[in-house]
Amino acid sequence: MAEGRVVGIDLGTTNSLVAYMQGDAPVVVPGVDGSNLVPSVVALDPMPADGGRPTVTVGNSARKVLIERPERVIYSVKRLMGRGLQEIQNELKLFPFRLADDVEEGEVPRIQLGELRFTPPEISAYILRQLKRNAERFFGAPVTQAVITVPAYFNDAQRQATKDAGRMAGLDVLRLVNEPTAAALAYGLDRAKVGTIAVYDLGGGTFDISILKLRDGIFEVQSTNGDTHLGGDDIDNLLLAIALDEIFSEHGVDLRSSPGAVQALRKAAIEAKIRLSTEQSASFDIELPNGDRYQREIPRNVFEMLIEPVLERTAGPCKQALTDAGVTPEDIDEVVLVGGSTRIPAVRKLVDDLFHLSARGKTPHVELNPDEVVALGAAVQADILAGASKSTEEMLLLDVTPLSLGIEALGGTVARIIQRNSTIPASATEHFTTGVDGQTNVAIHVVQGERELAADCRSLARFDLKGIPPMTAGMPRIEVRFLIDADGILQVSAREQRSGLAAEIEVKPTYGLTDEQVESMILDSFDHAEEDFAKRLVIEARLEADSILTKVDAAKQSPAWSQLAGEEQSAIAAAESRLAEVKSSSDANAIRNATVALDQATHRLAELMMDAAVSSALRGKTMNAAGEQLNESVTAPHPMAAAEFK
Amino acid sequence: MLKVIDSAVPVACWSCSVAHNESTLFCPHCSKIQPPPGGNYFSVFGLEQKLNLDLNALEHEFHRLSRKVHPDRFARSGENERQWSLADTALLNDAYRTLKDPLRRTEYLLKLQGAEIGEEHSGRDKKDPSRAPADLLEEVFDLNMQLEEMRMGRQMGETDPDLQASLEQAKKKFDGLLSDVDRDLRQQWNLWDEADEPARKSAEKNMVALLDRRRYLSNLVRDVTETLGAE
Repeated sequence: MAEGRVVGIDLGTTNSLVAYMQGDAPVVVPGVDGSNLVPSVVALDPMPADGGRPTVTVGNSARKVLIERPERVIYSVKRLMGRGLQEIQNELKLFPFRLADDVEEGEVPRIQLGELRFTPPEISAYILRQLKRNAERFFGAPVTQAVITVPAYFNDAQRQATKDAGRMAGLDVLRLVNEPTAAALAYGLDRAKVGTIAVYDLGGGTFDISILKLRDGIFEVQSTNGDTHLGGDDIDNLLLAIALDEIFSEHGVDLRSSPGAVQALRKAAIEAKIRLSTEQSASFDIELPNGDRYQREIPRNVFEMLIEPVLERTAGPCKQALTDAGVTPEDIDEVVLVGGSTRIPAVRKLVDDLFHLSARGKTPHVELNPDEVVALGAAVQADILAGASKSTEEMLLLDVTPLSLGIEALGGTVARIIQRNSTIPASATEHFTTGVDGQTNVAIHVVQGERELAADCRSLARFDLKGIPPMTAGMPRIEVRFLIDADGILQVSAREQRSGLAAEIEVKPTYGLTDEQVESMILDSFDHAEEDFAKRLVIEARLEADSILTKVDAAKQSPAWSQLAGEEQSAIAAAESRLAEVKSSSDANAIRNATVALDQATHRLAELMMDAAVSSALRGKTMNAAGEQLNESVTAPHPMAAAEFK
Repeated sequence: MLKVIDSAVPVACWSCSVAHNESTLFCPHCSKIQPPPGGNYFSVFGLEQKLNLDLNALEHEFHRLSRKVHPDRFARSGENERQWSLADTALLNDAYRTLKDPLRRTEYLLKLQGAEIGEEHSGRDKKDPSRAPADLLEEVFDLNMQLEEMRMGRQMGETDPDLQASLEQAKKKFDGLLSDVDRDLRQQWNLWDEADEPARKSAEKNMVALLDRRRYLSNLVRDVTETLGAE
């Protein structure tokens, strides 16, 4: 096929990943640093002296800025996607970011980041662009089409915002896929052909539960439920709040006013939470600005009591999803756990209780890394859409809309036109007429939600049907067709049946950007001189070359260097000078090859640099792997990643 | 390909311009996907209008057609094909959702026959006692009083065990009435499916009445369940 690859992207609250289908198995594409996960953190570099736009960095390098310059960093932006001013103000109480001063009700809120202001989709676009670049670097070819995952319980505005972000990042978003469904796809590749599965997905900021029926490669979602406001972040905030209170009451230090200190504390809280998944106890030990130490032991049972209310909030949606699917816990053949928060033993206990697992001699599926499984599933869906592969040609995903669609009727009640858990695409046709003689406009208010009153549902958009031919009241017959597409996004069309005219519709999305706004936010128009693809590859290859050269240079100072034989030293020197030579050329492949050659040549040096025990465990590995071990970071090295010594 | 049941009007394929039968999803000449075919939800699946359906066969056909027309199969196709795939799949899903559910299927068929029936999901008339079936008027009146009392008590933070027991009793009774309605409906299905035109009309009238009664009962049961379930 002439078209390029379609990649699968998990745009997460905490981390984002890009994956693709390698043969018949999905694989995550690692970043320049060799890590599969790109932290969903975006930082703004200092303003350049020449008054140009500052560089935006994404991922691990942005995370490092978090403690030093918190006012220039934003994270967990997914929680702000597709939300209105009021909702964002509530959300921001938990985070150190602030809204731009000039935000008005009715427009998409912008977040102040250093000197500049960004809408949430723009921030997400930077993350997506980073993933796109990682993939392009990995394939050595442009990537323009993607599948992006969203929480199943995302509403129309949140989905549209995600699609807008993709467009801003230069991606043609072929499909939005629900995260739990993607996880089921990732597991479904080599699994039993018939059965009912429940996917429990507790991520950084969102919770989803989906019940699916599998039959001959068709993944038919029966029901879905969730909470787009519930996740690991809430647990972090609980621990953080306790620490802040105790530091204030015991040491008289109020850290709340110091964003950098709050970030340091948040980091400690997250580390404690992670330790508590494997250990019986974790502790805080933090030096305070006044020289005191805040030391605090958190036993696992205390932690579990603390988080119980958060976890309990996942039970209701699970029960509702079972009811809506018309099944009992005993009907569930398999449970799949997704999201980093499902590593918490108390979460597993809750899931076991909800679905009567151990009572039936079953265990939930955790074989795939819960941080990666959604991206892997997105890659499977990308492969299905590309339609070019044998391994997925029999597979088809039939998903549902998580929320009912309704229109506001007289008296502010809701007339439901598409029920929640309807398979999408789904449509409904309604007829409208006029109430006054000669009336040429009809306004329709569309809402999403399950409540009886429109005011209690979420406003989706106001449609103004215009250009109705003037007639006696009640005479026009306007047929309006509502269609929820395969991305879960609403499309509306209208026709006046007596005159046969297509009615003109003006859409006012309640929360969202207009087409023109999205157009103006396309990232390439920011980087006005966005280098063409080949140029960018060369620049990146040079950066990697510089990085390994610096590290090898530093390694020469280590005692290991003198342990090398003379010919080994000269082989390294030769590889070094070869790389130094090609580095200034504009041949990205030559630079890459020389980088890899140097990496290979330093293989034994890396081994020697480890202590004997570690080096024996690593025998046969390259400098990259050694570097990884030295960093103690758990990552899959990329074959072309520069070695890292620290 | 779909079986043709309705008398079809020939239309020209948007892609190759060759005239074809309107009730086809794909052009027999150039194989391109076509706009949604005319007809009704039954004809989408090549089925006769019957109330008794083989649900396994229906699911199988739904999956088979989904594989052919779903937008995932046209993600990289041209604008026209993507648009028709979306419209065809929406029709297919709407049809499947309606036909697989016994009540929706009955309502739909009755509407096709020109019957006037209440809206299943409008949320209206929920507590309108004037619509209570005549034989239940008295009981419904008592039940609504009890429900009100129960809710008031709950608001004050107390639960009267006698009241609770009485409500549970009532729920059991109305659940039973619901199953009676379902049994009666199925009888009417058989009558309708097998009968000739005049007998069909009488079955239709009976079904409209049964659906009204069922809607009323199930709203009642839902109210009781919600009130009992509330903490």
